[in-house]
Amino acid sequence: MPEVGIVGYGIYLPIYRIKISEIARVWGRKLEGGMEEKTVAGPDEDTATMAVEAARNALKRAGINPKDIGAVYVGSESPPYAVKPTATIVAEAIEATPETMAADYEFACKAGTAALQACIGLVSSGHAKYAMAIGSDSAQCRPGDALEFTAAAGAACYIVGASSNEWLAVVEGFYSYTTDTPDFWRREGRPYPQHGGRFTGKPAYFKHVIAAAQGLMRKLNLTPQDFDFVVFHQPNFKFPLQAADELGFPPEKVQPGMVVQHIGNTYSASSLIGLAAVLDQAKAEQRILLVSYGSGAGSDAFSIRTTENLESKKSLAPSVDYYIKRKVLIDYGTYSKLKYLG
Amino acid sequence: MRKVAIIGIGITKFGELWWSSFREIFMEAGIRALEDAGVSGRDIDAMYVGNMSGGQFIRQEHIACLIADQAGLNPIPCTRVEAACASGGLALRQAVIAVASGMHDIVIAAGVEKMSDVLTEEATGALASASDQEWEAFVGATFPALYALMARRHMYEFGTTEEQMAMVAVKNHDFAARNPVAQYHTKITVEDVLKSPPVSTPLKLLDCSPISDGAACVVLAPAEEAKKYTDTPILVAGSGHATDTLALHSRKSLTRLDATIEAARMAYQMAHLTPSQIQVAEVHDCFTIVEIMAIEDLGFCRKGEGGKMTEEGQTNLGGKVVVNPSGGLKGKGHPVGATGIAQAVEIVLQLRGEAGKRQVEGVEIGLTHNVGGTGGTAVVHIFRRMD
Amino acid sequence: MAAPPRFWREIPSRYNLLGTRCKNCGKVFFPPRYFCPDCRRKGDLEPYKIKGRGKIISFTEVHSPAPGFEKQTPYVLALIELDEGCRVLAQLTDIVGHEVKIGDEVEMVFRKISEEGEVICYGYKARPVKLF
Repeated sequence: MPEVGIVGYGIYLPIYRIKISEIARVWGRKLEGGMEEKTVAGPDEDTATMAVEAARNALKRAGINPKDIGAVYVGSESPPYAVKPTATIVAEAIEATPETMAADYEFACKAGTAALQACIGLVSSGHAKYAMAIGSDSAQCRPGDALEFTAAAGAACYIVGASSNEWLAVVEGFYSYTTDTPDFWRREGRPYPQHGGRFTGKPAYFKHVIAAAQGLMRKLNLTPQDFDFVVFHQPNFKFPLQAADELGFPPEKVQPGMVVQHIGNTYSASSLIGLAAVLDQAKAEQRILLVSYGSGAGSDAFSIRTTENLESKKSLAPSVDYYIKRKVLIDYGTYSKLKYLG
Repeated sequence: MRKVAIIGIGITKFGELWWSSFREIFMEAGIRALEDAGVSGRDIDAMYVGNMSGGQFIRQEHIACLIADQAGLNPIPCTRVEAACASGGLALRQAVIAVASGMHDIVIAAGVEKMSDVLTEEATGALASASDQEWEAFVGATFPALYALMARRHMYEFGTTEEQMAMVAVKNHDFAARNPVAQYHTKITVEDVLKSPPVSTPLKLLDCSPISDGAACVVLAPAEEAKKYTDTPILVAGSGHATDTLALHSRKSLTRLDATIEAARMAYQMAHLTPSQIQVAEVHDCFTIVEIMAIEDLGFCRKGEGGKMTEEGQTNLGGKVVVNPSGGLKGKGHPVGATGIAQAVEIVLQLRGEAGKRQVEGVEIGLTHNVGGTGGTAVVHIFRRMD
Repeated sequence: MAAPPRFWREIPSRYNLLGTRCKNCGKVFFPPRYFCPDCRRKGDLEPYKIKGRGKIISFTEVHSPAPGFEKQTPYVLALIELDEGCRVLAQLTDIVGHEVKIGDEVEMVFRKISEEGEVICYGYKARPVKLF
């Protein structure tokens, strides 16, 4: 399989933060284990605005001419329009237009990694010099639902390119595991998604994440020992740690990519922000296993190996830690105004 | 160019005139002016009418035609003049030019606006159409917001205080209480102003002129013939009109209106007068800060000292120059297109000695100052007794 | 508020801070001007992208909103003097808990401006440059 690399990465998190304990207090519920805070999009933010800042950050690290970007794909389950792509708004705002492919992807929380696979395909086949994949969501949930403890907002962007001397990380290979599993869905025209409660665990998240991780390792002839880090899709604090345990990864390999406790579940951006957090910390020649999960259902697993270029490119844009620390706490009343009344 | 005089004035009450239509208020002001001038409608050669936005307030364009029609004065030429809130002042200037040039002899300059038929939000939106739509209104600017930016800068550069701004409103309400046609007859205190809800900081509700309906009308004639019509003709001694950039972000300064300075310069030059000779002035206090900037830009005090001049009572009766004895836009009301003409009506009343309890003793020279938008247009006129 | 064609036409300026620069006198215009007021016909205007950094020279907190801005009320508008010398009016964003002052340094970011009439109008807002 021809190798393709990541030439730039960037993320964005809104400044507003709410304590999970505050949500628990209002609904009279027990605090969900491990969760501290989650992000809340401001009144002037949406999937498109967050995607643009993440993309601009990725471009800062990549240092490329945006006109050389051959494709812009945005994965989200909360696009601003039901019909009119977010990708064109982003492409225009990063000056990649007009000679670029563009489209939106939907696959619940793994729309971003699905977009990434398409970008890898275009670049490795020579159809694009660079291609940009974005996962961005301002997740919807019914007030009082269990999802309210985790549903958050954020974006992550990865630019892949063909020239090995530009790579800050190499995509060694990827593997997807897909079934038709109705664990979490939202019908057209309905404001909030519905989910299958405990059905979202073993038959959904764990089945696909485990299968994808094992499938990738089998395909590339690798074992957990060959990886320095593993990053999972993070719908809550418990699931990724449990998946790591089942696959045989020790906690210290999972911890660097765990961001959910600080920012919540950013849906299509979730695993990609976790990956960015690892890239912010990783050294050269370290191997990362990235496993996303999208309800409906499917999981994309990637093996990513960092290069010497990572060190100099990291500091060209704000880190995940910067955005985590850039926060203003709001109370449930303000949160309601932003999320439900806006 | 021959000299021009005002031979008659007419004005309606200003306020929320629920029971009067646009057509009715115009006719009321017009007929009063004709009676005051002692002329018949058939003597009128031309009309210039200031109206900012018939289209947005009453969905009516082609205003000039409507007015000539309703007045039964077809086929005389009637022209609508638009310069946002300076529409009235500019209509007056066009009428002055028409008579001065010899093109017409007896000319009406009028202004009319009916703002209360639409919701307040729609009226605010209509007023905002005088700002830069692409780069000011688009980002959420309102009129109070744009003037508030100037107010804050004026406070920052010169130490002008919110109390000094409030004193403008207090004075003008005090005058309005003595003006039968004014919208407000209630007096207010500085504390009332400071406690009123914020509209756009630092401007509060009582720093802002209201939404009003109203019409005003003056009749102009060549000065040499004025005595045929009235014993108290008032000479239009000076006229000035200047433009500045539409948007605040293109201005050279945030604390002065260059259009006012230039229009005033033109008017002073034409009248052969200096600012210190002005005894009474009707200036454009759409917001209290604008009166403070106006008395500076018109030369009544130095730049930055408008707040102090107000605080010292120099713009009240007995002061250096009495400003806004009608109650100003704040107290009298601000039916946008009518304001510029209403200012002229007040100065004429003052110069004739007919201003009742708000009369400035012994005045001979008065000035009107009318601004469009956030200062993109300014029109200044100077009037003096002809004897 | 902004009809789709009128909004769309200015997208390069609204999204990407594209202004103009007079090649004759060097003056930069943002928002763009299409005719140099100083050089007039001797002027030669070319597209020029501003950096998007500046400082606040005045600001106001709007409590009585413009149509279409009700959900964001109160909001803060600021006049910003850009590094290039020209000034622009923009809403401030991410200022919850931040005391805005004249002189604050800001950077332009991409945000939703308004949503009247269903087409979402995106554009620039100014965010204080703070060191975390």
